[in-house]
Amino acid sequence: MKRHQAIAHILARAEGSFFIHANGMISREAFSERDREENFYMIGSMGLASSIGLGVAMSEPERRVVVVDGDGNVLTNLGALTMVARYQPKNFVHIVLDNETYASTGGQCTISDRISVEKIAAATGYKNVLRCGEQRQLCECLDVLLAAQGPSFLLAKVARGNIDGIARVSHTPPEITQRFSDAMTRKIRAEHSDDKSRFAEVIG
Amino acid sequence: MRPNQHTTEVAVSSSQFCALLYKHGFDFCAGVPCSIFKGIIKQMEQQPAEYLPAVREDTAVGIAVGAFLAGKQPLVLMQNSGLGVCLNALTSLAIIYRIPLLLLISWRGYQGQDAPEHLVMGEAMLGILEQVGIGYEVLHAADITGALDRAVTELDSKRLPYALIFREGILN
Repeated sequence: MKRHQAIAHILARAEGSFFIHANGMISREAFSERDREENFYMIGSMGLASSIGLGVAMSEPERRVVVVDGDGNVLTNLGALTMVARYQPKNFVHIVLDNETYASTGGQCTISDRISVEKIAAATGYKNVLRCGEQRQLCECLDVLLAAQGPSFLLAKVARGNIDGIARVSHTPPEITQRFSDAMTRKIRAEHSDDKSRFAEVIG
Repeated sequence: MRPNQHTTEVAVSSSQFCALLYKHGFDFCAGVPCSIFKGIIKQMEQQPAEYLPAVREDTAVGIAVGAFLAGKQPLVLMQNSGLGVCLNALTSLAIIYRIPLLLLISWRGYQGQDAPEHLVMGEAMLGILEQVGIGYEVLHAADITGALDRAVTELDSKRLPYALIFREGILN
């Protein structure tokens, strides 16, 4: 399974979630596959995808937050997994797309060929932990985890290699901040006004 | 080795400082402690939903960024040793994404008087903040309120991280 195919499945099946995409090819492929305001594209700060996601999830427990991480990225900052496990956000899904390489810097090896990051996540105390290797399994695992109460972790092995000529994210970082925050505010307002109209119907 | 009391200014109480933070609308904090902040942390721990002890200062910055994206007004607290740890999170995330984080940073190694591990950063800290473009104010007990007012004005107008620097003895 290619990484961009995995990303396409994740974005489609978790429609309605807010996504934190790790820097490097993950953000670029997410942008190319399905650009949405609900995508937060990291272009730097390697290792912080799950931390950013945790901050969002703890502040807005009614929104599902999906972190799309890489093996090189997550290995930079394993301590962050303990924070997710400590605070147990129910609305948090952490996916690591593991191709055992640093794709953006020329395909050098990471150490996830022998290190199973999902075992580390399980040991810290993520509620649901799965591992998969190909598309059908990925879709089954996503269905399970998106229906479950989190925090959840999925390690998905994906093939090495990048899309030739793939574009960088064209939105500037301040634009990414604005779009994501606005999308979050709009969603909250829409739900509150739904509540108000339902109340009006009841008392009307 | 305990740091020396570096200032003869009358200390401000931690609970007064926290009350000022709440008055200004700060509602989320992540950080790694310094003994200088122990009073503030003790106050904040009474609101566990709003204070997250973090494993590293860059993780704290990441979490605070997420909280901001979700509508919170966050602050990050750290010892100045942690500034070195989180520099990449500040330069390639908080600054370029225009996230107005209030940073409370303690100044260990002030005027070269402290344990050896603090001396290099004690001397370099302000220069580092200036080099990466993070505005700051070193606090004086006589004008804590003014400093916080100025910090909030900077955060609102520039939409960038901004630091308040605490020497030993400023906070009770």
